[in-house]
Amino acid sequence: MSADFIAHVGAHVALAGSALVLALAIGIPLAGMAADRPLPRGLLLALAGGFRVIPSLAILTLALPLLGLGFRPALLALVVLALPPILVNTDVGLRAVPRATLEAARGTGMTERQIGTRVRWPLALPVVAVGVRTAAVEVIASATLAAFIGGGGLGDYIVGGLQTANLPELVLGAVSVAALALLADAALGYAQRRLAV
Amino acid sequence: MGVRYANASVPAVHDVDLAIEAGQFAVLLGPSGCGKSTLLRTINRLVEPTSGTLLIDGGDVRERDATELRRGIGYVIQAVGLFPHYTVAQNVGVVPKLLGWEQVRIDARVDELLRLIRLDPARYRDRKPRELSGGEAQRVGVARALAAQPRVLLMDEPFAAVDAIVRASLQDEIARVHRELGTTIVFVTHDVDEALRLADRIVVMNAGHVVQTGPPAEILEHPADDFVRDLVGVDAETRRLALERPLIER
Ligand SMILES: Nc1ncnc2c1ncn2[C@@H]1O[C@H](COP(=O)(O)OP(=O)(O)OP(=O)(O)O)[C@@H](O)[C@H]1O
Ligand SMILES: [Mg+2]
Repeated sequence: MSADFIAHVGAHVALAGSALVLALAIGIPLAGMAADRPLPRGLLLALAGGFRVIPSLAILTLALPLLGLGFRPALLALVVLALPPILVNTDVGLRAVPRATLEAARGTGMTERQIGTRVRWPLALPVVAVGVRTAAVEVIASATLAAFIGGGGLGDYIVGGLQTANLPELVLGAVSVAALALLADAALGYAQRRLAV
Repeated sequence: MGVRYANASVPAVHDVDLAIEAGQFAVLLGPSGCGKSTLLRTINRLVEPTSGTLLIDGGDVRERDATELRRGIGYVIQAVGLFPHYTVAQNVGVVPKLLGWEQVRIDARVDELLRLIRLDPARYRDRKPRELSGGEAQRVGVARALAAQPRVLLMDEPFAAVDAIVRASLQDEIARVHRELGTTIVFVTHDVDEALRLADRIVVMNAGHVVQTGPPAEILEHPADDFVRDLVGVDAETRRLALERPLIER
């Protein structure tokens, strides 16, 4: 395998990975804080719905004047892409914990914090994991777009292959992205099944 | 004392003036929706009275730390509410763990309690709640409440899903726990026979009110009104005779 290919895979994974980690760091606490507060929750879910319908390419274009070319606008677009499934699944997971279970936890004398760490979050986690898995696959596939604005990654092969009508290069890019997405899907699917009660 | 839930047009519990003695086995009896669970939950502060006060050992419960109060009160929730991600043993050991018991002591206590509720520890310890029948899950809920030997035990229809034979044996066990440890028990049921069998004192409720309280024999012999008469039923006489036959070992 050529060093060039490995560098492209590395850049792709770095971009998708950072986007995912950022989206998790923003999305999970936000959804957690909003879950029991009707107004913030409504706003957050509306925001998630809004994010879902904005095309990533539009975000890229809009972010260009602000963030310039390269990694940063691509990262922003991917974070926006990853947030909706994470927000929605965290919300669903937390709210699906049966009331009886929470009442029992309260009744045993757990503090609110212990209820969260020992009961509510562990029970929500499998559902959160589904959202993370969805987000990961979407982000890996869409990180290809970064190549259009010089963000690097496997999209370079696709863009380059298109420009020079080089079919093998284009196929290399497309197949590697698909393989990476499938790999992440399988790994996170395994993790998610391990988490299930 | 009264409780009105937010958005409710009528209070769920109204004008209740009730004292339960330490060491008493009190049974709240009444039809569905009459406020039994609500009244029970005020005792461990899962529901706060919206009027009046509730005293335990002479002190207002609102002045007690809620979590510390609850760790000293066993609670069997009507909806069972086992923790689905915990094993049976972890479920039963949850309060001892919160209290910081050593693991060996917790393990020994869990086995002791599983035997008490007639579940073989070797077979049941490591099961998850979803691997239990409804009646088994309910018994594990009872064991969880008993685990840290609370001085007060709140039981909300704890044997509703258990078959008649096991129920009779669990009733005997609870009566024994009450007798031997002097635990104060507040027990909710709408099963008149269960109430008569277990109670030192029956608290009859209807539509959020306490309509009569007294020892079983008194409720049977002198029902306060038609509601109580209907509730204890036309078989009051047979029930009264049954009362004269003592509980096993009582
Ligand atoms: N969280 C709540 N919010 C609003 N209303 C409630 C709530 N919980 C109970 N109620 C209402 O309060 C009343 C008393 O309910 P409660 O659960 O105390 O009845 P119960 O006597 O335990 O009935 P059951 O035998 O069916 O368990 C009912 O009318 C019920 O609909
Ligand atoms: Mg009830």
